[in-house]
Amino acid sequence: MKNVEATSASPATSIISGMTRPVLMSAAFFMVVTGILYPLATTATAQLLFRRPAQGNLIAKDGQLVGSRLIGQYFTQPQYFHGRPSATSGPNPDDRSRMIDQPYNAAASTASNQGVLSRKLLAAVAERARIYREQNGLAPDAQVPVDAVTASASGLDPHISRANARLQTIRVAAARGMPEQEVAALVERNTTQRQFGILGEPAVHVLELNLALDDAVAARPAAQ
Amino acid sequence: MEMHVPDDIRQFILQFTPVLAIMTGLVVIVGKWMAHLFTSPTHHVLERGTYRILGVDPAENMSWKRYGAALLLSNAAMMMLGYLILRLQRHLPGDPLERASQTPDLAFNTAASFITNTNWQSYSGEASLSNFSQMAVITFLMSVSAATGVAAAGGFTRGLSRMGSSGIGSYWVDFTRVLYRLLLPLCFIMAIVYVWQGIPQTLDADVIVTTLEGSRQRIILGPVASFETIKHIGTNGGGFFGVNAAHPFENPTPLTNTLHMLGMLLIPSALTCAFGSMIKRPPQGWFFFGAFLAMFLGFLTLIYSAERAGNPLLAPLGVDQNPGAWQGGGNMEGKELRFGVIQSSLFAAVTTAATTGSVDSMHASYTPLGGLALLGQMMLNNVFGGDGVGLINLVAYAILTVFLAGMMIGRTPEFLGRKVEAREMKYVMLAVLAHPFSILGFTAIACLAPSSADSLANMGPHGFSEILYAYVSGTANNGSAFAGLGADTPFFNTTIGLSMLIGRYFTLLPMIAVAGVMASKKNAPESPGTLATATPLFTALLISVILLSGGLTFLPALALGPIVEHLLMLAGRPF
Repeated sequence: MKNVEATSASPATSIISGMTRPVLMSAAFFMVVTGILYPLATTATAQLLFRRPAQGNLIAKDGQLVGSRLIGQYFTQPQYFHGRPSATSGPNPDDRSRMIDQPYNAAASTASNQGVLSRKLLAAVAERARIYREQNGLAPDAQVPVDAVTASASGLDPHISRANARLQTIRVAAARGMPEQEVAALVERNTTQRQFGILGEPAVHVLELNLALDDAVAARPAAQ
Repeated sequence: MEMHVPDDIRQFILQFTPVLAIMTGLVVIVGKWMAHLFTSPTHHVLERGTYRILGVDPAENMSWKRYGAALLLSNAAMMMLGYLILRLQRHLPGDPLERASQTPDLAFNTAASFITNTNWQSYSGEASLSNFSQMAVITFLMSVSAATGVAAAGGFTRGLSRMGSSGIGSYWVDFTRVLYRLLLPLCFIMAIVYVWQGIPQTLDADVIVTTLEGSRQRIILGPVASFETIKHIGTNGGGFFGVNAAHPFENPTPLTNTLHMLGMLLIPSALTCAFGSMIKRPPQGWFFFGAFLAMFLGFLTLIYSAERAGNPLLAPLGVDQNPGAWQGGGNMEGKELRFGVIQSSLFAAVTTAATTGSVDSMHASYTPLGGLALLGQMMLNNVFGGDGVGLINLVAYAILTVFLAGMMIGRTPEFLGRKVEAREMKYVMLAVLAHPFSILGFTAIACLAPSSADSLANMGPHGFSEILYAYVSGTANNGSAFAGLGADTPFFNTTIGLSMLIGRYFTLLPMIAVAGVMASKKNAPESPGTLATATPLFTALLISVILLSGGLTFLPALALGPIVEHLLMLAGRPF
């Protein structure tokens, strides 16, 4: 009964006597349990039950991976709905030691982290609002939805607001030669309501909407 | 009289009421379960095997010094192991992306951050860590730091429940049981729900896709779900990805956002019930829960109303921030659309209350008053608080309140049937004062250091808030940031790392000492002059002591940061 002897020893040694092994073993043993066994057991179960989401909800089209359902993409062309501004950056392809703006870089999520009084923020918002009005044929003093001119938290936000989508509908319809109502109907179909009718905000899924638009165009000649 | 409630405020109430209701329901179930695991005499077969591997006697009744030493030394060994793996990362096989090892100061900061349950990150997850490090360092340290905190709360409460005893129980038993009977089973089940909602769980490092417009997008993957569960249930808060729970892979839906919040609140809130049950005074637990809840609701209201109002400087630019049928509106810079200002404000309130530090929106871009409330909750450090330590901090303030009330009425103060005397008051004051000492001391040093200005993303009062927030977050073991601060410098890595260690162990260990001293005392029979602590009056007194001492300590710092910023915002003065 070592412990009994230990507690009767001098106070300094009794506090930590016999503790070397448990201290060292606890680090090694619990690293294996919590850092290796637990994540691996979870991985095995998840891959068995929910393989698609476990692999990132990837979307394939014509045998090619075109994105993840959860990760936003950078859209600039007029026939696509555009996502929210993104503050992500990435290395310059010509000079990899320099970082340049690279919206929707899914290997380096980031936000602007600018405070409400930041001149940089105000200048960026003014510029985005100007471009947004120009692209969508709005009056120079027209109100723009806040989500269209503010950077998201992740830089990868897959959604826009319904107000934002409504203002982009005319441009997208014109660029595609599609009737506005048809585009508006696709917007509705790719809008998720509040989860369980309560949680979150109604949101338009940009990538799925743009995929649906491409499919609609592809389907038309066959339908005629 | 008919009162008109705007639609978005009704939405807010609708979205936060279920969280509070479910949390309160779980308080009873999980609280009873924790009280059981801290007091049950039976050891399960896996636990007995573990004690044999560790080489410990589960029946040992440790003195508070021995209990504290086991906690401190095992944490030190775990921190060293994590540090070593981070330093060797580049030389370990299995990472196709060949991510570099961390520098000495960064690896110290990271290991200190995760062993103290802080989860401050001077690095960006997807760029800096291999999947092996995410599991064997980060998931490991997140699990054991949470288990350490909850175990400490168990030993602490057991000490307060005993009289005339030389010990407060076995640290190894508390630690092992918290992991085996609480954290790991909960985390495993929750992780599967998370994957169902869209959080990846794979050993693949990345996938490259071709976007609709024809460019390449590299998407980082990994074992994220098993990371997210322990991160929230363990009130850890570190991100797998740089933007933490704002990343769609860490938090894909409003449901996962809500489950994250419930996870964070689960143990801190339920420990009140476990406490009441273990000291055989259940009402005391509920009054402590009430104190937590009252403070939380106050801060939550402040955050939501500030964020809902939006940024007045955007109005002249023709930006529509009004909530309505077509948009959620509000201050949307640094927020995700699926969450909007409602879920974001709620999450920010929960994460700074339960000192988790996980974020689903960027706190740096919050309005000044929203940011003030986030800072305030971490400064008080006991609005629910982190796993284990929140309850311990609240009891520290309860003892302080009993002491102050005793001074006012001229009687020897008593707490839970024991006299409170000079020795334990010294420990309590050490625990209560270490917190502001670390925050204000390091903030002052950093403000004087000439290199600090280079790390700031914002000038003016917001720049000061970035520094203040870093040391508040570090000391409170929260880990969230005003992330404009470029904190990966030797100065910030070292000082923030030290603030985390001080904030953790200089509050935990003195309070374990208090429990040890209280356990050794004899019963002091209650008399008509005893101040009853399970009453609304005492709870109100407790809240005012917390707010007054917190307010007086930190008000000058808040005045220089968010309060000035708010006044400048109203005056329309950008920086």
